[in-house]
Amino acid sequence: MALLEVKNLGISFGGLRAVNEFNIKIEKGQLYGLIGPNGAGKTTIFNMLTGVYKPTDGIITLDGQNITGKKTIEINKAGIARTFQNIRLFKDLTVLDNVKVGLHNSYKYSTVAGLLRLPAYHKTEKDMNEKAMELLEVFGMAGEAEQLASNLPYGKQRKLEIARALATDPKLLLLDEPAAGMNPNETLELMETIRFVRDKFDMTILLIEHDMKLVSGICEELTVLNFGQVLTQGETSVVLNDPEVIKAYLGE
Amino acid sequence: MKFMKNMNKTTKQNMMTYAMVIVAYIVFQTLSVTGNLSSLMQGLLVPLCTYSILAVSLNLTVGVLGELSLGHAGFMCIGAFSSAFFTACMKDTITNDLLRFIIALLISAVCAGIFGILIGIPVLRLRGDYLAIVTLAFGEIIKNIINAMYVGLDENGFHFSMKDSMSLNMTENGRIIIKGAQGITGTARQSNFTIGIILLLLTLVVVLNLMNSRSGRAIMSIRDNRIAAESVGIDITKYKIMAFAISASLAGLAGCLYAHNLSSLTALPKNFGYNMSIMILVYVVLGGMANMRGSIIAAVALTMIPELLRGIGEYRMLIYAIIMIVMMIFNWSPKVKEWREAHSLKGAFHKKNVKEAK
Repeated sequence: MALLEVKNLGISFGGLRAVNEFNIKIEKGQLYGLIGPNGAGKTTIFNMLTGVYKPTDGIITLDGQNITGKKTIEINKAGIARTFQNIRLFKDLTVLDNVKVGLHNSYKYSTVAGLLRLPAYHKTEKDMNEKAMELLEVFGMAGEAEQLASNLPYGKQRKLEIARALATDPKLLLLDEPAAGMNPNETLELMETIRFVRDKFDMTILLIEHDMKLVSGICEELTVLNFGQVLTQGETSVVLNDPEVIKAYLGE
Repeated sequence: MKFMKNMNKTTKQNMMTYAMVIVAYIVFQTLSVTGNLSSLMQGLLVPLCTYSILAVSLNLTVGVLGELSLGHAGFMCIGAFSSAFFTACMKDTITNDLLRFIIALLISAVCAGIFGILIGIPVLRLRGDYLAIVTLAFGEIIKNIINAMYVGLDENGFHFSMKDSMSLNMTENGRIIIKGAQGITGTARQSNFTIGIILLLLTLVVVLNLMNSRSGRAIMSIRDNRIAAESVGIDITKYKIMAFAISASLAGLAGCLYAHNLSSLTALPKNFGYNMSIMILVYVVLGGMANMRGSIIAAVALTMIPELLRGIGEYRMLIYAIIMIVMMIFNWSPKVKEWREAHSLKGAFHKKNVKEAK
């Protein structure tokens, strides 16, 4: 059974049909790409998958569980984590604390234990620190753990967002334009990171991207979206050579 | 020294804040006991603690949660009246002064906290300016309701009226506890500097420990980015209300301290009006967002300065304004910040380290 299955997903804003009849099937461990020209509805689909928007129609199933129309936090608990197109870090918290916020639901103690510094606080905080440092080490950012997130260079901010999303222990990771604003070297490094995350955490990844080098380099399957409709779906090399896709991107 | 090194930066900062309060206590208490403190300053000691507690607790809402609240004096008002009411009722029943005061403190915190939750549930759906307007209105409403409230006690129980003391219909030996605009009179003056400092330390422990715990991180993540916080599974409503309620109940404590420092408690615009709320906000903004030590310093400085400047008569408020502007520039101007870093001891030390590293 597919990890994520979306059937006939659609949403209307007033009279505008932003996404229509969207179908997708992602197997466990796949690296899947969602591409399309600006305004095609890619981020809208991400927002529906994560509960930011409620779909007007359609069904979203994650690992056999129907998550259509659920709240963002419920969907996160069910196993979807995401990053954002415009980076959304907790900028006045340290890098370590950013990751620890991601660990919020997997490491628990009561507020009272925190206020009174009961043993549960010390023990859980220690475990959280270890887990968070482990994640930061994976991304080569253990040295910056005590820095404020806003002081990180751009590329590392992107990485930190991925680390924070992974901290919530998701089944499916959604990356919204991870390479936006990166230079070619940073993009290459990012490709390595994404591939590494998939292998190390045995993660399923769905990503939106405009950078075709990245898409063709790491994605196994693609869905192309245009004007809220699926244009074509299938293996990366086949899709990218589809004349329809080239037309949608470059015009006639 | 080794112990200091092992602590992380925030723990060190927190320890410094506690140390600052304790040192201030020792200094003022010594001056006071040896008779070196003017009666004016003697009278200021408890208000200083009250305003510091208010500033730290409001900083939890404004600096840590990131929501602008202009109704903080309202929560203080609830704490003040609920605790003074309790003390007035139980004057003869509980004769142990300390025990009664401790229960009064608990009641003030619980009442203000409950109001914090009740107000918080509808109000925290709003953001920014709208939240400020609604909390402002809340503070004014509380003050005006208490101003018009008559409560009396006789052998048949409590009597309640919003009109006048006659309509309470009490028997002869009944006594009026809250008398409308005259408020509650005859409260025993049980607050003193030591209790004030203990409450201030308690407030600091609550706020600083909260900030460095799982719940505190959740609250700060909402401040920094609500959408991202939701996306990693933080329950926004729960943590917003938690921060708001804790902030309110700490303001209630300050209210209790305030009420038991006066023999007659009235809900005047001066004590509990929006001017007071804005004054507390000024302490928070001057002291720095989420900077508890700064809040205390600002509250103390801005309470002392007008009193110390009484000698120069009408120029007092002019100087006060200038000092506020200078403080603002000193704290927040980027150029001054740079200069401060370059000229502070720590900065010099840091530079040396960098050079060596090269």
